[in-house]
This record gives sequence, structure tokens and C-alpha cells, in this order.
Amino acid sequence: MAGELVLLDFWPSPFGMRSRIALAEKGIPYEYREEDLRNKSDLLLQMNPVHKKIPVLIHNGKPVCESVIQVQYIDEVWHDKAPLIPSDPYQRAVARFWVDFIDKKMYELGSKIWKTKGEEQANAKKEFIECLKLLEGELGDKTYFGGESLGYVDVALVPFYSWFYAYEKCGDFSIEAECPKMIAWVKRCMQKESVAKSLPDQEKVYEFILQLKKVFGIE
Amino acid sequence: MAVVKLFGAWLSPYVFRVIWALKLKGIPYEYIEEDLSNKSPLLLQYNPIHKKVPVLVHDGKPICESTVILRYIDEIWPQNPLLPADPYDRAVALFWIKFADDKGYLMLKLYRANGEEQQAAVKEWLEMLEVMEEHALIGVKKLFGGDEINMVDIAFSFVAIWLGVLEDILGLEICEPHKFPRVSSWIQNFKSIPVIKDNFPDTDKMSTFLKHGREMMLTSKSN
Repeated sequence: MAGELVLLDFWPSPFGMRSRIALAEKGIPYEYREEDLRNKSDLLLQMNPVHKKIPVLIHNGKPVCESVIQVQYIDEVWHDKAPLIPSDPYQRAVARFWVDFIDKKMYELGSKIWKTKGEEQANAKKEFIECLKLLEGELGDKTYFGGESLGYVDVALVPFYSWFYAYEKCGDFSIEAECPKMIAWVKRCMQKESVAKSLPDQEKVYEFILQLKKVFGIE
Repeated sequence: MAVVKLFGAWLSPYVFRVIWALKLKGIPYEYIEEDLSNKSPLLLQYNPIHKKVPVLVHDGKPICESTVILRYIDEIWPQNPLLPADPYDRAVALFWIKFADDKGYLMLKLYRANGEEQQAAVKEWLEMLEVMEEHALIGVKKLFGGDEINMVDIAFSFVAIWLGVLEDILGLEICEPHKFPRVSSWIQNFKSIPVIKDNFPDTDKMSTFLKHGREMMLTSKSN
């Protein structure tokens, strides 16, 4: 069951963070390997030939690609500790729906916030906040999306928090002001060691974004 | 007895995914046809976020997004399983289902494109077919599910059926058998499965409808 586990990752990737959190929640030891995305390793290209992207989870030499699939796989194989995915089929469907929603919206909208200006940026900010508000609605009065403990939706969403400071600086707005419930939820998550240790410092992410903007020639 | 309702639209590949899953498992359901240009209040109530079909309602509880629906159906009604039992094999199947899901936008992209945009859309389709040919179908003898279809076959059904409709209305051949022998063979195998044959979309009606729709769209673009 344990075997050899390697995670090919890139430190600012919210997708990589999902797998880091899942593995940490379950106390599973693994080897973390940092990839230089401008110079991808042969191992990465071999393990994810279709997309050539991180994260890739390699279990006993066999690759699992796509972060949501990795989290599900980790939850299934190491099912006896800290279950992340609901046991009730309907609750599972609801959780999958919201993870799909997060995947469809968060990264793309967030990217538009730091990459664009003017009207395009304004629209992205508006939609981003709307999405967070919908998620706040789904959270309701629960401690976590998963109820009393961290769940699938929490793990899928909380990594984007590490990019919030960068979005706020680039977009000149306050996410906490618009979505206080979301930030309150984030703070609860960050009290968990598995989350706090898996997310990079927000300032570091912002510096990284500023570097990317230079490289892409974005003002 | 549990009541299953499916909100759908006659053209939608995503709706057919759910129909085939329900039929395969022998689950009786009530089908409600939606006019996508005039969505019913009930649909908007059941799917307020995306306002799309398909929506499955089981015992009054709505499930949205076709892949989420398929996984729900597979879990509630385990007969004729649509995913492998082994966690690793399942992770691989889910990878290909996600790949297929992420490429669904290519249908509309090709449908709407003209001139240079059409060339770009065709190129993207060819790239996708190449991944199917060189990666997804390696080791697949008949179907992704073996001798029977599984969720991966169902996820790629837009390639098996809707690509043909687009090729027909555009007068293009994109999935050439000599270029994509594995894909072409898989398409024939998929179409010959009884549940698919017996619940086959009306592709003639689709072609006529979409051809007309495209003409209208292109005319209004140039006006």
C-alpha cells in the first residue's frame, strides 16, 4: 500500500498544493521534486507525455496525472485516515460538482486578473468575486466545505488563497472586503498544519507573478 | 419507488452520455426535453449555476454536469460498472474522461469557424485525434471498457458521433481512417454496441438543423 511515492511539482502551483495537502492530511511520506517548467525533466515528460504538466504523482513507478484525480486516488488508496471525499453518493456528487466549478473558474479568472488591464481585468475581478460568493453560499455555516473536517472541496479551493495577495495587488481590490466569509474559512484551513505547510508565502507568490509579468511583457 | 428524471436536449452529446448510462444499467427514467432557447423554470431551479442540460433528478435531488451524473449513476446502480474497480486503473480512466471533457469545446469551435479560424479549429481537432491514436487507444483492442463500453468510451462519444455530423455539414474529412486507424476502428466498435445503436441520436435531423443554423450564423456575421 505505501510503496514509493514521488510528487513532481512546482512550488507556486495551486494544483500541486492540492496533492501536497491530501498527502499531508493523511500523513503519507513522499518525495517532493521541484520541476523547472522552462526545463522540464525527462521524468516529467515521460510520466505525463500528453500534457507535460505538473503535478504528477508517481506511485510505485506509475503516474497519476491531474490534481483532482490525484486527490481522489490518494483518498482511495489511503482510505483509513482523514477521508476527504464524502461517503454518501449524493454528497459526493455535490462535492464533485463544486470541484468542477472551481476548476472551470478560479485559475482562468485569477490569471486574467494579473495578466490583463482595463475592462477585461474589471470583468474578471467581478466574475471572480461572484464565484467566491457562490462558494460562500455553498459553505454556508459549515466549518469547512467537508463539514467538521477538511474535505475534497476545501482541498481543491484553499490553494488559490496563496495567490489572493497577488490578485489583490494586481487588481487593486480587497478579497476580504468582498468575501469575508471566504477569508474566515481560509483562516480556519490555515490553522491546519497540512494546509499551512503546503501553501507558499503569499508575498513570494506575488514576487513570482511580478517576474512572470516582466517575462510576458505585461505592465 | 425512486423517481429518476432527466432534463435534456435532443442534440446534446452530454445528454446522450447520461441516456446511454441509464439504458445500460436498465434504469427507468422520465425524459424532459428542454428548449435551450427558452429554458424552463424547473431547469433553472435545478441548475442555477450553469443553467444547462443534462440535469439528473433522483428522488427530487438534482445532479448537474454530465461526468458528475455518470459517476453518481455508476455508484447508485453498480450493475454493468462504467469504471474499473482497481484504483490505479480508475485513475487512468478518469484521466481520459477529463481529457475528453476538456476537448468538448472543439465541437462548437469548429461549428462556428470559417476561413482561417476553421483551419485553426481543424488543426486542434487533428491534435486531439492524434493523442487518442498515439496514447489513449494504445493497448485498447475493441473498446476502452474491453468488450463492453465504459465511461471512457461514453466520454469520447462526441468523437464517435458528433464529429461525423460536423464533417458532414462542413464537407470536411477530419478523422481520416488511414491517418487514424485506431480511432476509426474504435468509432466503428462504439457505434455497433447495442445500447448505442438502439439509442442513437438522429444525426440526419442534426445535420439539417445545424447546417441551417450555421448558414444563418455566417450570414448574420457578414451583415
